[in-house]
Amino acid sequence: MNIVCAGISHRGATVDVREKFAVAPHELEQALSRIRGIDGLAGAVIVSTCNRVEYYTASVCPIRVLDGLREYLQERTGANEAPLYTHDSPASIRHLFRVASGLDSMVIGETEILGQIKQAYAAATACGATTRHLNKLFQHAFRVAKQVRSETRITRGSTSVGSVAVDLAGKIFGALTGRTIMILGAGKTSERTARSLVSRGAGTVIVANRTFGRAARLAEEIGGMAVHFDNWRNAFDNVDILICSTAAPHPIVTREKLEPLLRRRNDRPLFIIDLAVPRDAEASLNDLENVYLFDIDSLEQIARESLEVRRAEVVRCEKMIDQHVGEFVGWMRNHIAFHA
Amino acid sequence: MDRFLLTGATFCLLLSFGYTLFALGAGRFRPGLVNLVSILGGFVLLSLDLWNRGQAQGSCPINSLFDVLVFMSWSILLIYLLVGPAYHLSLLGAFTSPLVFLVLLFAQLGPVGTTAQGRFDRDPWVEAHAALTLIAYGAFALAAVAGLMYLVQDHQLKIRKAGALLYNLPPITDLGVANARLIRLGFALLTTGFAAGFISGIHVNNLKFWASALIWMGYGAILLMRRIHRLPPRRTAAASMFVFGMALFALPAIQYLSSPK
Repeated sequence: MNIVCAGISHRGATVDVREKFAVAPHELEQALSRIRGIDGLAGAVIVSTCNRVEYYTASVCPIRVLDGLREYLQERTGANEAPLYTHDSPASIRHLFRVASGLDSMVIGETEILGQIKQAYAAATACGATTRHLNKLFQHAFRVAKQVRSETRITRGSTSVGSVAVDLAGKIFGALTGRTIMILGAGKTSERTARSLVSRGAGTVIVANRTFGRAARLAEEIGGMAVHFDNWRNAFDNVDILICSTAAPHPIVTREKLEPLLRRRNDRPLFIIDLAVPRDAEASLNDLENVYLFDIDSLEQIARESLEVRRAEVVRCEKMIDQHVGEFVGWMRNHIAFHA
Repeated sequence: MDRFLLTGATFCLLLSFGYTLFALGAGRFRPGLVNLVSILGGFVLLSLDLWNRGQAQGSCPINSLFDVLVFMSWSILLIYLLVGPAYHLSLLGAFTSPLVFLVLLFAQLGPVGTTAQGRFDRDPWVEAHAALTLIAYGAFALAAVAGLMYLVQDHQLKIRKAGALLYNLPPITDLGVANARLIRLGFALLTTGFAAGFISGIHVNNLKFWASALIWMGYGAILLMRRIHRLPPRRTAAASMFVFGMALFALPAIQYLSSPK
């Protein structure tokens, strides 16, 4: 028995190609049913995400199955020259283990892919499209991904400014439930960061912008409230996280303005995320008690460091995966010998 | 069997300490089962050791400096096991184990008197005074550990570097809360312990009285200043470490002075 993998991913296919190949959840059953008709194919799992579409199949005759898959994909997408990659065992096994562990993802070490593979496997199982080999393969892949995540630093830190800010907020406040955010300057980046924080439970959002209408629009979208820019200090008492991204040519949040406000806060920490260039918050604010100031450079630096840590871990992950591929190939051989 | 339980407990804490160092060095520390199990093992072995020596001495086994150090180590572990998981401060154990390990090592290898000085009376108030005071020091020790963790996390956030410590230490707000609560718990226990001492009418020399009073006032001042918002969390953390350092220095001296000569 062979495991054959055929697919396209972000590595070789642009988004317009990937969207042609994508298999929506409601199409899965039909697609599985169609490819199970391919001569020599015993079972299949289809993994379809925004970054990849892959067909994992169990077969005794890989060449016939690959021909059948190509024919099916041409018929489905109309693309004659698709950048399709194909792997036979053991390369296909290694590929699945790498994908499940996040090593083949656009952002190395991202963990969403594991959930997507689990869903794809569950859907194939529900359709009765899996075989003993595929069951064993996917269960093994989930174990590998878990081990790689827990025994290496492949998922360490965050790799985007927004998620770094959310991580840092967690390191300052713990749970973000009920925390109050103030946005100074309704820019796209500050909006995205605020949305990330709200998705993690942050409560009230206060938006202050020089153009009040824009502040009001953003506040309505996020479910917060708008204040006039000149009044931001009056609404500051309960603020835990301050996101600044105005286009002002000089600092808006100065030590002189902030110190009297901090005295009214009863030792509550203040997290300032300064996304503006030129900076909105005076650098010396970081020296104040209970104030943690991160500007765009420091956030990007942390994101870069996390990515470097993850890249440095790839070699260790590959070694782990090689060992598991060996184990799985051994199991396949024994299984064939046992049934021979 | 005499020192077997104590040596076993020391090894358990060494294991927890060693594991923490190894894991932090590898940059993938996740406080968990190894730390908890080794601390729990150390606590059980210390409890058995205290029980045996209590039976042998016919009283709470705090009759020599050696006894006091072992009992204080037990108190620190007890308070950790009670409050650590409740505040989700698993990593507190990683910081606690080296402290308890060093205290136990000093008790066994340092120039510490091990001969039990039998107290003349077996007044339950005296027993309560001694035991509660030592448990209070256990809480203060953990407050100092939480304070140290607070200062480390504060430093990590101020220098804006993302290292293994930043990601693995608990949120700074939780550490500040734990630090203040442990000081309050220790202060309440110490006050009760002192009250028991007053009720018993036990005679103490002036130095012991004033050294103890100074420590009590030190923690009282921290709590008062916190109450009126004159002591931010960072300074509370530093103060709790400073006063505990003072107590750690004064404790052997007090014990030495209070031993019958």
